[in-house]
Amino acid sequence: MAAATEWINESAFEQYLAQELEKELLRLLTCGSVDDGKSTLIGRLLYDSRNVFEDQIHAAAKATRNRPAGELDLSLLTDGLRAEREQGITIDVAYRYFATARRKFIIADTPGHEQYTRNMATGASTADLAVLLIDARLGVLPQSRRHACICSLVGIPQYVVAINKMDLAGYDSGVFEKIRAEFSAVLASIGIRDAFFLPMSALTGDNVVTRSRNMPWFEGLSLLEYLETVEIHGKRADTGFRMPVQRVARPDDSFRGYAGTVASGSLREGDMVTALPSGLESRVKRITTFDGDLQEAFAPMAITVELADQVDISRGDLLFSGPGQPPETAARFEARLIWMDSRPLDTGKRYLLKHTARTVPARIAIRNRINLETLGEERADEFAMNAIGLAEIIPAQPLFVDPYQLNRTTGSFILIDPETNSTSAAGMIQAVFSGDSGAGPVRAAERVARWGHRGAVVRTSSKAAALALERALFDRGCAVAVVESEVSADALAGAGMLAILPVSGTRGEDISEIVSGLERNGVLSGRDLYSRGEGI
Amino acid sequence: MTRLSHLELLEAESIHIIREVASEFQRPVMLYSIGKDSSCLLRLAQKAFHPGPIPFPLLHVDTGYKFREMIEFRDWYTRQIGARLIVHTNREALDRGAQPFVLGTQRCCGLLKTQALLDALREGGFDAAIGGARRDEERSRAKERIYSFRDVHGQWDPKNQRPELWNLYNGRIGPGESIRVFPLSNWTELDVWRYIHSESIPIVPLYFAKERPMLVRGETLVSPEQPFIPRFEGEKPKMVRCRMRSLGCSPCTGAIRSDADTVPKIIEELIVARRSERENRVIDHDQDGSMEIKKREGYF
Repeated sequence: MAAATEWINESAFEQYLAQELEKELLRLLTCGSVDDGKSTLIGRLLYDSRNVFEDQIHAAAKATRNRPAGELDLSLLTDGLRAEREQGITIDVAYRYFATARRKFIIADTPGHEQYTRNMATGASTADLAVLLIDARLGVLPQSRRHACICSLVGIPQYVVAINKMDLAGYDSGVFEKIRAEFSAVLASIGIRDAFFLPMSALTGDNVVTRSRNMPWFEGLSLLEYLETVEIHGKRADTGFRMPVQRVARPDDSFRGYAGTVASGSLREGDMVTALPSGLESRVKRITTFDGDLQEAFAPMAITVELADQVDISRGDLLFSGPGQPPETAARFEARLIWMDSRPLDTGKRYLLKHTARTVPARIAIRNRINLETLGEERADEFAMNAIGLAEIIPAQPLFVDPYQLNRTTGSFILIDPETNSTSAAGMIQAVFSGDSGAGPVRAAERVARWGHRGAVVRTSSKAAALALERALFDRGCAVAVVESEVSADALAGAGMLAILPVSGTRGEDISEIVSGLERNGVLSGRDLYSRGEGI
Repeated sequence: MTRLSHLELLEAESIHIIREVASEFQRPVMLYSIGKDSSCLLRLAQKAFHPGPIPFPLLHVDTGYKFREMIEFRDWYTRQIGARLIVHTNREALDRGAQPFVLGTQRCCGLLKTQALLDALREGGFDAAIGGARRDEERSRAKERIYSFRDVHGQWDPKNQRPELWNLYNGRIGPGESIRVFPLSNWTELDVWRYIHSESIPIVPLYFAKERPMLVRGETLVSPEQPFIPRFEGEKPKMVRCRMRSLGCSPCTGAIRSDADTVPKIIEELIVARRSERENRVIDHDQDGSMEIKKREGYF
């Protein structure tokens, strides 16, 4: 155990600590088929970024087999999935932690076997970014499509496709380009149009932490460089302020506060908020924390809100404020389900549905199932373990929701089997039906469900560019139009459509750049999986 | 809009979990081991319920062999923050003479820690026990859920864990079953220390380097606090500048030579450390050299 004497002086160290406290956190998910080299990759990342201790290296060296003398089997550093396989417990997500000078990382290392889809979804639900591994010799496998599909469903915003084992493919740029072309098309078909592809060898370390000398033809960043610099916009919601009330804090007669985690948006002292289900409005008197009152709170802070008026609010209620559409009161809604229980869905049974801080009984009806081989939808009468599909949900009491695409917190739920208490399914809300189907004004969520995108105004430099962009978006099935004035553009965007406004004096642009920009900022994300337009 | 730093994110996640437990369970309890992770957990619980008090009791499973300074700190600190403390000891086993040099470390832990904990949870009728375990501590922990289901025997089945998505935790249990909850799951050892530093959280002085009397056995430093520690002939404690990297029972917790007498110096030491936390954590008296001593003591 070495005593530390490296730091020049205390103030330099204090400065370092202050920087440490400011570091950002990136949550990522790694997935690939069995033997794609996932364990080796994670071992390499930890080893080359000096996040492994001496005793762990020693233990791995002792266990290394079938390698030239002095060479370390890096896969053993990450728990040895091998040892797990022998014990038959390679079935679960393992979480790993490491840090570099720039960022902290949480890796959800998910199992490759296809029967563990549910555990992959567990890891994916909190991830900001997915690293999909493909073996350069084998190319795109059914499992690669399946993983990408689940990641996209769960709404992971960013993707890296690492084409691994390039050392065994002669570091050939042709191999890389061929797989890139093929897998780009697969990703595009499920709504992922913006992924970072890189050629890599986890075994030799090429392009993992340091850039490869064996592949000078690739000019992009190494994997770690990319992970350290990619902009994090995971879990960003597109709704206004939402906070499900977790508990009512009433330590004495003088204080009554509502404790919860801000799901989206921000709240300032003095703002007006509305509580659901009561619908009553009140002013924010104080935002209290242990560390003092706050002027402003934003997602995902854990706070306690004191209101100016006595409003009847209890656990499971929702506080919200603008801008944008209010949450919907859902007596019946449509959701994507990932079935996770060994007992198949029983449509005659009432499951317990946990949504934010509210748990209610609910009935489920199957609409369709996704075929993970073709990625198309098909008729289905049954949801068995690992099935993914669309279902209609009828909760015993209304829930206050947003579509999952707009808000990961108010748009998600789990189903619990009341007989076994197991977590049977994960749900992502697609569309809400009003009490009488088709009645009342058209709501934002219905528009999103139909068109698969949100409203936006896009400015182009010329009429020609506007028409080209309109064609590109129209071909994707978007509700799009070219308009001549700001007023009409705003009106269309307000109704959930894409309005293209040519503005002279704007710099020239690349149409595909604009489209990928719309994908990046979430306007178009995942539209193919979400677009249905049926039954609303 | 601003973005939270990683520590602020971890803090918010942990507070959410602790509030959820307090809201969904009938009789939750927080396991308090007096160590750094517990100190961190306790601060998070204070934050979760501010301006109110922590709505559940703390449970310390006292083996009877904890360092004297730990017990002093426990009694002072819990009184200071107004927490309700339950102390449980397996008196019966102690009265029968349970100690690591008679039973071996594993069996001793089994009786004084594991058995005592299960008894305390059962006697208290607790349906949820919040603990300070982290996933980076050990291999099997890397797979543990934040809500970890235990059957009527208090056992964990790693092959059949409930999927855990978003921050929607499934706390449903049957009679006699319970949930262990780990709000620090995503924290690393360094995160805990940085948090202690930035929040100025009080910790047991044993963590700080100081001249202490120790039995020096090669790389291992053993506290002579318990009189039953067997000694080699003529062996006397020597003053060594050292500290504890983790806290447990005095006979089985190795100290490390160190000059780190402030939290920043501890962090600095960890950053240049070449060895992981779990090494040197427990002196296992079941193996190797310790066996020699045990045999001298008449152990078979």
